[in-house]
Amino acid sequence: MITFQRGLCASTLYAVAGTVWAAGGDLGQMQKQPTNWTAISMFAVFVVFTLFITKWAASKTKSAAEFYTAGGGITGFQNGLAIAGDYMSAASFLGISAAVYLNGYDGLIYSIGFLVGWPVITFLMAERLRNLGRFTFADVAAYRFQQTPIRVFAASGTLVVVAFYLIAQMVGAGQLIKLLFGLEYWLAVVIVGSLMMVYVLFGGMTATTWVQIIKAGLLLAGASFMAFMVLAQFRFNPEALFAKAVEIHAKKDAIMGPGAFIKDPISAISFGMALMFGTAGLPHILMRFFTVPSAKEARKSVFWATTWIAYFYLLTFIIGFGAIVLVSTNPAYKDALGGLLGGNNMAAIHLANAVGGNVFLGFISAVAFATILAVVAGLTLSGASAVSHDLYATVFKKGQAASDKELGVSRITTVVLGIVAVILGIAFEKQNIAFMVSLAFAIAASATFPVLFMAVLWKDCTTRGATIGGFLGLITAVGLTLVSKSVWVDVLGHKDAIFPYTSPALFSMTAGFVGIWLFSILDRSERARIDRAGYAAQKVRSETGIGASGASGH
Amino acid sequence: MEEDLVQRIESNPKYRQLVAARSSYGWLLTGMMMVAYYGYILLVAFGKNLLSATIGSGVMTWGIPIGLFVIVFTVAITGIYVWRANREFDDLTAQIRSEVL
Repeated sequence: MITFQRGLCASTLYAVAGTVWAAGGDLGQMQKQPTNWTAISMFAVFVVFTLFITKWAASKTKSAAEFYTAGGGITGFQNGLAIAGDYMSAASFLGISAAVYLNGYDGLIYSIGFLVGWPVITFLMAERLRNLGRFTFADVAAYRFQQTPIRVFAASGTLVVVAFYLIAQMVGAGQLIKLLFGLEYWLAVVIVGSLMMVYVLFGGMTATTWVQIIKAGLLLAGASFMAFMVLAQFRFNPEALFAKAVEIHAKKDAIMGPGAFIKDPISAISFGMALMFGTAGLPHILMRFFTVPSAKEARKSVFWATTWIAYFYLLTFIIGFGAIVLVSTNPAYKDALGGLLGGNNMAAIHLANAVGGNVFLGFISAVAFATILAVVAGLTLSGASAVSHDLYATVFKKGQAASDKELGVSRITTVVLGIVAVILGIAFEKQNIAFMVSLAFAIAASATFPVLFMAVLWKDCTTRGATIGGFLGLITAVGLTLVSKSVWVDVLGHKDAIFPYTSPALFSMTAGFVGIWLFSILDRSERARIDRAGYAAQKVRSETGIGASGASGH
Repeated sequence: MEEDLVQRIESNPKYRQLVAARSSYGWLLTGMMMVAYYGYILLVAFGKNLLSATIGSGVMTWGIPIGLFVIVFTVAITGIYVWRANREFDDLTAQIRSEVL
């Protein structure tokens, strides 16, 4: 039997939790490295290529429908790769392989959490979303309800999620560029902000999708090569790789089993819920279900997404172990104190050098940076759609907005979001933002997911119930995160956290669902009667797709 | 959608068959996924010794195949649902369409 290393000191525990959360989107502070021209030129090639795609996409982006959903003309396979691309962020590539490098098995537990939301989306949401919606998830949530309150809620939820996610990505981009290209922080934020504006402004969903597909392909190819090279050194015998890693790693055989990842069962369950249901509530992911022409293609896209994401996490696990064996033993990758040059998140990058030399290192660095670019483009597009489609066209114009006016508002919003993201990215440079991605997942799980779920599946849900419950979930998730360790202690500097658990999801999701249920059954208004009467027609359409819009035109 | 079309679809036996079959299937698979994942998380929380126990004489622990199983299970269960839905459920939907429209 294994004997556990019980003597982990508190600071190591915090470091572990920090890295694990960091895998979601924050890479922490990094030191600037020497300028890496190979990586910069490869990234430049990527940018030029994607700008050509944007030019082509621009010729196909004339209407609001084309801007939001590429006219519904993306196939299931393409959309699956794009969803996988939205999900495989630079931080999950570098962060999860770093988590495996540091703690072994714990990295696997973390990546499994990110994966298990997908089947649930497939079984309960994907086709219903496709059958009921057109451009944004609010189309689905507000299908039978009074438009204004639900749309205002959905747009608030979307913008809050997008804002936190976007800041985390921007700060990550700035930290990465120092590390990978050896350039200044602010330069990265400006480059990412401007390129993402160009993609979204001119190419809309078509360009965003193709940038995402190309990047997903490059990342999967690069990670496959690394895993292959690592396994090849051990004659494709994983046992030999693990044996060598156990021999080298400071924690010895503890890396082959669960360690400090889970502090208490409540945190474990709560964190698992945030990951599982947060995935089903992220606006930029949900929006992808409207880019395919039918429910059948929507299903296929989640299947492909699940397959690619699962494969990617298997690769990161091998890459992490590969880094233990090939990177931690090589003094060339170590600093004076024995840590990794540039920090632990560099494990995968150093491994790229170890297995493929300088050119491959440049390639992986360029892909890591391109990844951030693709993810922020998707986020910005979903934020812009929430403003132009949900707020402008539906709430202010009561559904009477002309397509070109609506498109104009999307583009203005894109520019505003781009500028705000750049400013906030620079403002948050020195801040500890580890909580931001976890907060985005918690809000998605506690606000957007419950509203969507209840609106589609529960007959007695009403406008009032959905709006109040949704906001309750949102406020609870934000409030509990504020008083948890990641903000209360790490950002605000208080001594002890008021909320003791890693993730608020268990409590905030409960608040959201109970709120929706309670305020719906208590709702005896005239509007509630209309809401409930509308369920039959909604259900028929959600189940059969009869009356739903097909490919293009909408 | 017009009131009478909704009623025509609702009273169509094939529609009832579709809704009943798909919803019970969807919930069944959701339940299985929940059991697999939260079972695994509970094992991580309470059964660390089991996951850290080695298989045979090498360094390989039970945790590795069990973790891989959860990953493969996730992909497989999604594939199984999509496979059935893209045949059976879509066929039924097409029949309903042709009968009511």
